[in-house]
Order: sequence, then structure tokens, then C-alpha cells
Amino acid sequence: MKTDTIAAIATGMTDSGIGIVRISGEKAVEIGDSLFSSPSGKKILKNAESHKLYYGFFLNLDEVMAVVMKAPKSFTGEDTVEIQCHGGVLVMGKILEAVLKAGARLAEPGEFTKRAFLNGRMDLSMAEAVIDVIRSQNEFALTSSVNQLKGMLSERIKDLRAHIIHEIAFIESALDDPEHISLEGYTHELTVKVDGLLNSVKTLKDTADNGRFMKEGINTVIVGKPNAGKSSLLNLILGEDRAIVTDVAGTTRDILQETVRLGEISLNVMDTAGIRNTDDVVEKIGVERARQFAGKADLILYVVDTSVNLDDNDREIASFIASNHKSVIVLLNKSDLDNVVSEEDVSNLFLNFMNSSMGEKEENGKGSIIMLKSSARNRLGLEELEKTIRAIFFQGEIKSSNEIVITNMRHKEALQEAYDSLMLVKKSIEEGMPEDFYSIDLMSAYSSLGRIIGEEVDDDLVEEIFSKFCLGK
Amino acid sequence: MSEIRESVDICVIGAGHAGCEAALACARLGLETVIFTVSVDSVALMPCNPNIGGSSKGHLVRELDALGGEMGKNIDKTFIQSKMLNISKGPAVHSLRAQADKAEYSRAMRKVLENQQHLTVKQAEVCEILWEDADSYGTIEKKEATTEAAKEEKKSLRKKVRGVKIFTGAVYECKAVILCTGTYLRARCLCGEAITYTGPNGLQAATYLTDSLKNMGIELRRFKTGTPARMDGRSIDYSKMEEQLGDERIVPFSFSTDPETIQKEQASCWLTYTNEKTHEIIRANLDRSPIYAGIIEGTGPRYCPSIEDKVVKFAEKERHQVFIEPEGLHTSEMYVGGMSSSLPEDVQLAMYRTVPGLENCKIVRNAYAIEYDCINARQLYATLEFKSVKGLFSAGQMNGSSGYEEAACQGLIAGINAAMSVFGKEPLVLDRSESYIGVLIDDLVTKDNREPYRMMTSRAEYRLLLRQDNADLRLRRKGYRVGLVHEEEYQALLLKERLIEEEIARLKETFVGANREIQDFLAAHGSSPLKTAASLADLICRPELNYEALREIDKNRKPLPEVVIQQVEIEIKYEGYIVRQKRQVEQYKKMEKKLIPQDIDYDDISSLRLEARQKLKLFMPASIGQASRISGVSPADISVLLVYLEHYNRLQDMSDRLEH
Repeated sequence: MKTDTIAAIATGMTDSGIGIVRISGEKAVEIGDSLFSSPSGKKILKNAESHKLYYGFFLNLDEVMAVVMKAPKSFTGEDTVEIQCHGGVLVMGKILEAVLKAGARLAEPGEFTKRAFLNGRMDLSMAEAVIDVIRSQNEFALTSSVNQLKGMLSERIKDLRAHIIHEIAFIESALDDPEHISLEGYTHELTVKVDGLLNSVKTLKDTADNGRFMKEGINTVIVGKPNAGKSSLLNLILGEDRAIVTDVAGTTRDILQETVRLGEISLNVMDTAGIRNTDDVVEKIGVERARQFAGKADLILYVVDTSVNLDDNDREIASFIASNHKSVIVLLNKSDLDNVVSEEDVSNLFLNFMNSSMGEKEENGKGSIIMLKSSARNRLGLEELEKTIRAIFFQGEIKSSNEIVITNMRHKEALQEAYDSLMLVKKSIEEGMPEDFYSIDLMSAYSSLGRIIGEEVDDDLVEEIFSKFCLGK
Repeated sequence: MSEIRESVDICVIGAGHAGCEAALACARLGLETVIFTVSVDSVALMPCNPNIGGSSKGHLVRELDALGGEMGKNIDKTFIQSKMLNISKGPAVHSLRAQADKAEYSRAMRKVLENQQHLTVKQAEVCEILWEDADSYGTIEKKEATTEAAKEEKKSLRKKVRGVKIFTGAVYECKAVILCTGTYLRARCLCGEAITYTGPNGLQAATYLTDSLKNMGIELRRFKTGTPARMDGRSIDYSKMEEQLGDERIVPFSFSTDPETIQKEQASCWLTYTNEKTHEIIRANLDRSPIYAGIIEGTGPRYCPSIEDKVVKFAEKERHQVFIEPEGLHTSEMYVGGMSSSLPEDVQLAMYRTVPGLENCKIVRNAYAIEYDCINARQLYATLEFKSVKGLFSAGQMNGSSGYEEAACQGLIAGINAAMSVFGKEPLVLDRSESYIGVLIDDLVTKDNREPYRMMTSRAEYRLLLRQDNADLRLRRKGYRVGLVHEEEYQALLLKERLIEEEIARLKETFVGANREIQDFLAAHGSSPLKTAASLADLICRPELNYEALREIDKNRKPLPEVVIQQVEIEIKYEGYIVRQKRQVEQYKKMEKKLIPQDIDYDDISSLRLEARQKLKLFMPASIGQASRISGVSPADISVLLVYLEHYNRLQDMSDRLEH
């Protein structure tokens, strides 16, 4: 199969220590060679040894390392050149531009992996797991993707499918051979079995949200009146290790969201710019912040300054939070100073607005209000905060090594479909429909589950999976 | 020596249920057709059970009729009892079965053949298929064959049918040949140790054709089937059996038969059971059964087992059903349904005599097993034409199926497609979502069938849409387009469709309020009262109500034919299920529409597993959908194929653009 040569930035489009521009296809070496030269100005890539790193210059743009990987021993299975440069967005962009000018085409989303797949370097399910590995932002998500790779989810789904097909087979054989296989009393038996299946599917489905929190992080907003200590809290969470912080979306000048790691948990802290810019009007109007971001947030961190009295600002924030049914952690900040605000004061503040909504508290603290003492100055309360978030979002512990967690939206949708179909079977039984009707929805449930593990092939799936890759990954 | 040399359009070999349909279809489409049979007296013979239809087979007959086949009309003329089966279940599994007067059935069909313009009936054994290289026709151009297998393939792709030669040496030149040889090819019958080399019922076997086919590169295999004994009715004590009556209101098989014309007095069937004593005798003599003794080499049908098989397979069952069915009105012979066997005569007699009512029975014809040559139908396209021989078609038991209905349906499709190939028109291929016939043929040509294939309701994935009651709505139009459905039959369909549509619309648009009369009506029918106004259609949806029950509150109802009311009721009552099944069909069709180019080189796709590659090369599926049903091709292989095809199509696009 002849293919044209494609190129893209293989690392994220963010400022980082190092960046890689990948070129793959028949002319990869030729193109790489035309742009790269050794420190002495020689063209060496054409005759370069495969899989060996060469030092040199990329035009006059950057000091780089280049590696040639000859087909088929490369990710795509084609001749591949990778240029490792300094990871500035600007530099990477210029290098890519030069590569494209030299004859390569910009890779479509997922095209490298697609080629790897086309060239027999991986199968579809692996391709999908690779996406998840690439996209995992922390260790839990990684473990869960790796588990998926190992087939734990697939074992579970296969088991569910085996149960469903067993029932279908029984109904069908009874229809074909009523003399030897009787459906007497079967309806009751099936009800019990369908209930069991519904339970199992629901359990899996429910892990999907956990899965999202693991994989994509918990969307978090920090609220509180001016000078309550929001930015100190943010800095506390960020710690000093800036390298692990990833900037997401927005422009470089106006960062809207930062992903930070709190122990093993990822938090997507929204509107960090608003917190940092103390001159910003947004910072001054804490209530506005809450209004703006609480809707999108999974978690609200409400910072209360315990060294000054609660005021109208606090009351407004509390009233908004109370009506919003989000998970809220109230951080009683500056607990190292003389406290004029007690835990009870804050409780009372909320109680005024809670009334009925307190009663609807969800299990594990989701949608409830938890109070923690903290002191940004003395680095106090950070561990407690992590433990609390774990308790709320991951039921305390994240046992991703033993537990199946759905981290993929496509899988979640398929589980939802299977669940709906099984509910329809239940309905058919309750309405006293003849047995031959059951298999229609049982079959749908079977197919939906099959799509998760690739046992049912959906013609859109191939395209869908590849389009999920980020550009150049 | 001078030989007869004739020239016709189509030759049909065999005048069983497949052959009759095939020949009639071709002749009715105006082609000069000859139908060959070893015995003109045995046209459309029913060598086994004396009935047509039954679970899922009834569906086949109705579909055949909708397309313009003959079987439905012929059984409507000659049935002696009729019954709609499974009426306690959903409408999808209702199925019509009629007991036939075998002799009358055969005679009536013979009359149809003999009165058909362009059709000649000829008693002769066809010994050879005449063929020639297809090169001069420029039909097939294959890229350079490199491997041995590819060379073989290339060789086999270069034939075209020229005619047939019969035993006397006479030659019939023709444009297409349809093989409907049933169980006659190198047939041998076994009754214990007694073996005869004949077709069913002692008829002459066809000895020579097998070699001719093998010489053409066609692979043959050996299948087996069997039939129970026939009893002298005077020796049966019916008082020990349960009488099985026909339906009070008889539903015809054919959509063209007026129900009023076929209401008549019906014959009875009888139900009795085997018992432990029967099973003991069988078990004690299993070593004398040719199957268990290893004399039979053919593979038998799992779904139509002999009584020996049932006793072995269902060892825990204390009894099995036995149906005593009349063979006709002018004979006292009775068929013993459920007890086919190849045990020796003495064991048969002892075993039958243990059954209540058969204690003193006298056997007229012994039960026997029959072995015959047939093909693996993967050598055929879904049109039933051989992939390797242009103009050679095959239908019925020759394709590895079992059953009269399965045979007839294939005969009709093979006949239509042979005619279409002569006319140079588009073939008729039905898919799994529109008919049981589509399921039948798709299963035959894509699955690795290792035993005679019998139709069953479970084989149809979209059963709720493929009901016996709507076969005309599904297929009449296709039959009309082909040219086998008459204008008046077509007009009747259009009228029926219109009435159904209007009545459904009326029921959906007619609302009743929550008034006293309605609430009283609902209460009287054990139905919960209305809170707000509801349409009549909403009420029909309630399990405890139906169209008929609503008569007293549905004031503007016009009289409608039964068949229209039936459709209206099903469409409304099961709407949710129908919609969901249609969604499943859409999913299925997407894959069917992804066609695989016939010049695809599977060796070029390195990520296909070896087994999948071999199977795909063997079956050469027409679409991704078909490929996905081939055993040995996994979903992962299908994903690989999908990606490859997308890639392939893009390259095609690119090269097309370069050319223009």
C-alpha cells in the first residue's frame, strides 16, 4: 500500500521541556534529511543508522536530536523520522511548518495510529486502549486503561453476554422444539435473571463517572470572598513542582483552567487566572465566580477566612452553593490565626439556606457539605483535603488495579443502551407478552454489550475511534 | 448413429419441489424450458411427511406465494386438514401447516406443468452437463495467478454452461441449467442391513451426473436423511390416541386463494407417544442401526432426528410424541410422524408395536434412511448460480437443505435468476431482513453447514418483521417486478396496503374522551379508566383490549377484510417492538451495503488472521455483512476489513480523480 508522507507534533501543543515532530511515510527520510544537518553542516540522515539518535541542527531554527526508524520497525510500520526539539509551542510550530513545506502533509487526527493499524502493527481494541493511555492524566486512569488492555473489562462483558445469550438460546430452542423444551414457569425464572443482569450492568455503568474523574480529573472551582485565601490555597495545592502542572485550553495569556495533581487525584481548577490576578474584578466578586463556574464544576472548594467575621458576601455564596447540589468542601482558612468564625457559624450560615436540600444528601458525601480546617501559610490541611476528595469521588480508596472502571464514553453509552434494553425485557414480561418477544430486546442488550469488546462491529466505530486521537498522537 | 439435438433456453434437472418451481418460473417468464425427471408419475412427490408448512416452513410457503410460486396454490387445492400453529404465542411465530393428499398434490402439480406454455416435461436421466471455456465470452479477467490455489481458482472460473446430455445420448443445448436433483444423486436406501441403490420410494437413482459435476471442478459431499414407516390404517387402534382436528376457520396458504372457496370437511390426525418399552427395544438394537454401526457415511439432520437419535440424545425423556397422519383420502396408508428410522425391519416392527394404538399395526412401507450426493452451497452466489460456472444454478436438497418448502423456495429463486441471467437483467437476491427465503439462502451460501439445513424460526433475526401474515406486503411487489405476479394480484395488494394505512391513521386520529360511556366500557373489560382523552390506537395497545373489543365505542368503523384488520391490529399493538426491530435492521443493512470488491486480494491484508484469510478466499463474500457471518471470521477481522476497504476506496477515488 502506497501512502503519502504525513507529519505532526507528536507531543502536546503546550510549552514543555521537550517536543517531538514526527514524520511518517515513504519520503520521511528524504524530507528529514533536507532539513537536518550535523553540527559540521553535513547531510547525514539519508544514510543514518536506524533507531540511533543524531545530534544536529534543524535549519537554523533549533538545536535538535533526530532519529530515523526504518520500516517496518516503527510505530506506524513506515519509514519514520522524529525530530526532538525544545518544547516551545513556537519552535515546534516552525519546525512542523518547514516539514510541511518540504513535502509532507499534516496528519489527520489519529492518522499515525490508523497507519499503525493498517500496517498490522496493532488491532482495533489495542488502538482504542492506546488512546486511553495517551489521554490518561494520572496513574489511576493509566492503571484502568492498562487493565482494559489486559482484558478485565472484556472478561466481565463476555460473562454478561454469555448469560444473555443463554437465555436467548433457551427461548429460541423452546420455540423450535416445543416438544422437548418447555417454557413453563420460565417467565418467573427470567425475571430473576434479568434483575441480576440489570444490577451488574448498572454497577459497571455507575463506575463510569468515577472513570471520568480518574481519567479527566475533577472539575473544581475555588470560591470565597476577596482575600479569603483562594490564591494561597491554589498555590498550596500546586506546590513548588510546576513541571507537573499542565495548562489546558485557552490562550497562553489568558489561562482558563489548570490541571493540578493532589496526591494521586487530578483536579481541573477552573478560572485560575481569575484567582491569580488580584486586580481582576472577578476576584473581587466571589459570588460571581461561583455563579459562573459552579454549574460546570464537580467540586466546589469554598474558602472561608476564619479571622474575620462572615459578611454578606459569604451569605450570598452560601445561598448559591446550597441551592446548587454540588459537592462542597468548606475550607476554614487561616485556622492558625485567632478565629472569630467557628465551624458552627458556618454550619448555621448554610442551614439558613438548606432546609429540604440537606435531607437529600447523597451517599459518600456527594452533594453534601464538608468542613475542613486549613492554613495555607502553614501548609495545613492538604492531606486532609486529599483524603476528603477521595472519600467523595472514589469512595475512599481507588482500587483500580482490581476493579473494573469504565473510563470510556462509548462504553458508558453502550452500557446505558444495554440497561435500557433489559428494562424493556422486564416490561414485556410484566405486560404478559408471549415469550418470543423477549428475544428482540435481549438481542439488543447482547449487541450493545458486544460493541464494547468489539464482538459486534459497528461500521462507524473505526472512524469514530480514529477521530478520537488528538492531532498527531 | 444419429442423435437428437435440441436447442432450448433452460434445462431443469429434477421435477421435485425445487424443480417444479424453477421450471414454472422460467417458462412463465417466456423462456423455452425442459424439465427432466426419472419418473413423470412422480412429479412433486412428497417422499416423507404428508404435509406442507409448519413452524417457519409455513412462512417460506407464504413468501414463495407472494413472489409468484406455485406451492401455496397447489396445497390450497389438495389439502385435507389445515391448522395455524403456535396461536398462543406472538404473531411472529404463528405458522400455517396443511396435511396434503400426496397423490392429489402430485397430480395437481403435474397438471400445472403440463398446461404451462413454453414448458416441456421429459422423462430421462441427465448424465452430463456440457460446458465450455468462458474465455471467448470475456466474462472473467483475473489477475496473474501465482500460488497453486490461485491457479486452481483461475481454472475453475472459466466455465460456461452449454447444455445437457441425457442417457440416450440426446443433447439439449441451452443457456442455463438448474440442478434440482434432490436426494437422487448416487442415492442408496438403508433399512438395517438391507441396502438398495435407489432414490426415494424405490425410484431410479441418478448415477452419472456426479462424475460430470466433479469433472467440472464442483465439490460434492454426502448427506443422509430418513423417513418413518407407513402403516395400514385398518391395523391402527385410534381409540388409544388423541384426535387432532384442523382449524374451524381455514386460512389459505396462497394470497390469491379466496378463503371462502376452501372451507371444507377435514381429515383427522392422531397423537400417541413412545414409552420406555419402545426405548428399550431401540437401545438394545442400536448396534444394528446402520448409523451407529458406521455403515452410513452421510451426515444426517440434527433438527429432524430419527427415533434412534432422539432416544440417545434425550435419554432422560420418558416418551416422545408420535403423530399418525393420513397419506391421502384415497388410501388407508398412515404416516408415523416422529419415528423415522433406519433400523432393520424386525426391530422396526417390534418398536412400533410398543406404541399405544399400534400394538397390532401392519407396516405397508418400511422406514428407511437415504444417502445422496449434494454440494456445499458455498460454491454458489446468493443468486444460486455457481461461482465457477456461468449459467449453472442449483436448488433444493442438492444445496444441502432438507424439506419440501426449503427446496421450493430455492427452486423459485434459482429459476428467476437463471431467467434474469438469460435476459441480462439484475438478479433477485433477498436479504435476511426482508424474508425467511433470504435467511435460508444466505445461511446456505455463507455458513459451513455440515448437515441437511432445515429452516427454523430462530434462524431469522428479524422475525417480528418477517411474519407469515405480511409476506405479501413484503414481497408481492418484487414478484410483480420480476413478472410472476399477475396484474390483478398486484392490484389486490395495492388495495390492501391502502386500507391498512387508512385504518391505522383513522384509529390514531380518533380520540375518545374520559366520559361515562368510555369508563364503563373500560371497566367492563377490566381495563383502567382514562385520565384524559386517548386515541383508539392507544386503547388497542392495552394488553386486555383489541380491535374487535373496541367495536361498541368505535362508532364510525367500516367493515374491512379480516386480513386488513389483522395487519392493523399487529401494527398498532406491537408498534414499539416493530420500531426496535427495524432499528436492528438498519444496523444490519449498513454492513450489507458495504460491498467488497470482487478483485480484492486477501493476501494483501497482512493483519487478517490466517484462518480468516483462508475462509474469505474460499467464500468470496459480496459484502462486509456476509463476511461477518462466515464462521472463522472474527469481529476483529471484520474491523481490519472495514479499515482496509475504507483505505482501498480512498485510493480508488484518488486514481479515479487522476484519470479524469
